[in-house]
Amino acid sequence: MNIHECQAKELFSAYGVPVSTGVAVQTEDAFDDALNQFPEDGTIVVKSQIHAGGRGKGTFTDGYQGGVKLVGSRTEAKEVAAKMLGNTLVTHQTGPVGRKVQTIYFTGAESIAHEYYLAILMDRDTSKPVIIASTEGGVDIEEVAENRPEKITKVFVDPTLGIQRFQMRQVAFGLGFTGQAFKDMVKTLNGLYQFFWEKDASMVEVNPLILTEEGGVIALDAKVGFDDNALFRHPDIVALRDLNEEDAKEIEASKFSLSYIALDGNIACLVNGAGLAMATMDIIKHFGGDPANFLDVGGGATAEQVTAAFKIILSDPNVEGILVNIFGGIMKCDIIAQGIIEAARNVDITVPLVVRLEGTNVGLGKKLLDESGLDLTAADSLTDAAEKIVNLVKEA
Amino acid sequence: MSVLVDKNTRLLVQGITGKFGGFHAKLSLEYGTTVAAGVTPGKGGMIWEDQVPVFNTVKDAVENEGINATAIFVPPPFAADSILEAIDAEIPLIVAITEGVPVRDMAQVKAALQNSNCRLIGPNCPGIITPDQCRIGIMPGYIHKPGRVGVISRSGTLTYEAVWQLTVRGHGQSTCIGIGGDPINGTSHTDALKLFNDDPDTDAIIMIGEIGGSAEEEAAAYIKEHVKKPVAAFIAGTTAPPGRRMGHAGAIVSGNSGSAEGKITALKAAGIEVAETPSEMADALLRIYHP
Repeated sequence: MNIHECQAKELFSAYGVPVSTGVAVQTEDAFDDALNQFPEDGTIVVKSQIHAGGRGKGTFTDGYQGGVKLVGSRTEAKEVAAKMLGNTLVTHQTGPVGRKVQTIYFTGAESIAHEYYLAILMDRDTSKPVIIASTEGGVDIEEVAENRPEKITKVFVDPTLGIQRFQMRQVAFGLGFTGQAFKDMVKTLNGLYQFFWEKDASMVEVNPLILTEEGGVIALDAKVGFDDNALFRHPDIVALRDLNEEDAKEIEASKFSLSYIALDGNIACLVNGAGLAMATMDIIKHFGGDPANFLDVGGGATAEQVTAAFKIILSDPNVEGILVNIFGGIMKCDIIAQGIIEAARNVDITVPLVVRLEGTNVGLGKKLLDESGLDLTAADSLTDAAEKIVNLVKEA
Repeated sequence: MSVLVDKNTRLLVQGITGKFGGFHAKLSLEYGTTVAAGVTPGKGGMIWEDQVPVFNTVKDAVENEGINATAIFVPPPFAADSILEAIDAEIPLIVAITEGVPVRDMAQVKAALQNSNCRLIGPNCPGIITPDQCRIGIMPGYIHKPGRVGVISRSGTLTYEAVWQLTVRGHGQSTCIGIGGDPINGTSHTDALKLFNDDPDTDAIIMIGEIGGSAEEEAAAYIKEHVKKPVAAFIAGTTAPPGRRMGHAGAIVSGNSGSAEGKITALKAAGIEVAETPSEMADALLRIYHP
């Protein structure tokens, strides 16, 4: 689960991580009240809040340039914010459709002496949290990793001991901090790590973290993601979920414990098991089709879940065909067949439907489908199923 | 003719009185597995299914029933605690089926494992099976057949797909290991490969990977260096969009790492036969393995 920059910075503050003064607003009516906290002719930063990076360099769909702007007065801030709010921002991370901006974040401007990069995430290779720091902040870190790897420091934290003082010193000295700024940096890093660990974050990224002309340390941006598996112990974090940032079909699917991800193709798939669901998308592509979604109904799907799955699939206007691929292990094929028949009674399936069943009670499942009178095409193997649905969609 | 589990395995089931754990413990029993004990805190003293004693603690079960493997069917908030209890009781093989264990908990479990002599398989996995001898987990037993092909996989249903393809072509399996779909797991592709490589009764290996992390690349390097047995592989997720988790917590392409293309390239460079589609996993192996 991801949160907005303004939400992340509030959490940072609670952990003693310094951030600029800021106010987030959702409506134009609230602009004046929010901006009254800033001096009339002071510098203000106006930031679009969406769950994607590259906002500053993004373009709105009406042609307006830049999702983050530095302005010189409250009047100007209000004008710029009005152009952003409700507008759709396209960045290199949003895809061509972009994201609608529903929150604007006003912050004070800082005088930047130097920009750094700082991130904490769980390293899969070592199974340990890793702190990644660089003197090259404010730029694309993957580019730095590729071309100037010597500019990146990594410090691994023992998950049973937690972060140690010497590790904080390693990072702060490594970035070249001295004097009071060194002490502030150590405190900032400690706060960020405690936040990362206590809240089960999957990633905390501050790019840039800055040293101000006045010698202060400030987290100027904040990108935070949380481990979905740990949300059960963080109701405060769950409360920050912004459903506006998620696909409506994905939200609906999560209500039925279905794992669904919308894609932009035209052949929908309904599969049991995440690996097989991915492989089914791959084989559709292999035979020249284009998958419309990833959908894992899980190991013990009920008729109700299968019906919900069909409804969600068909609510995507791009869908021109459906491939059902079930390897019945514990889940019996006849149960799935009943689910399909029930779903077809409740949902009007107007596109070609190919069903491939294999595994436990497969004969019984196929018999049920044959006798149901449903308009569907049965397939014997995964290859057969993929070829059939691709051809049916092409012919239609 | 197997690795890790066989007819001498004496299985403990942690969470045996739960709906999910009980259901699969019963199937394991029917498959012929020796289910020697169960653990459910607070239900010690009861006899499950008229034959399996239930204990309050893992330690009690180990002391009374000579346990050498355990299956964990405990809900995600308590799964790490159950794994740590099994490590404390020094059970050599721990198989965690539970899906949805927090990554932070697994980081701590992994550290505890490194200071022990226990092996963990999973979490978020279908388990491990040696056909006709021992079934630990949730896989359908009947699709398997005893034989000489080892199967390693991060995905449940894709494993069944591969196993079924082998079985209908007349090729049995020595052991099938589902290593699980989480970003931090107990046994990696490489660990499982080592076991099969050293097993005199395994002649060939199918390895099934997916997007996310670099475990398949590591495995490719290991195979190139050490494995003389024929290895075929399949990688799921060629069409997965970057930055999205595809069902499994560990299945995500981040930045330039974890992509299917990168893994397939590494496997091919190591001389491994890569199946182009999930339909031809067994056929890919049979192109290079002629028993």
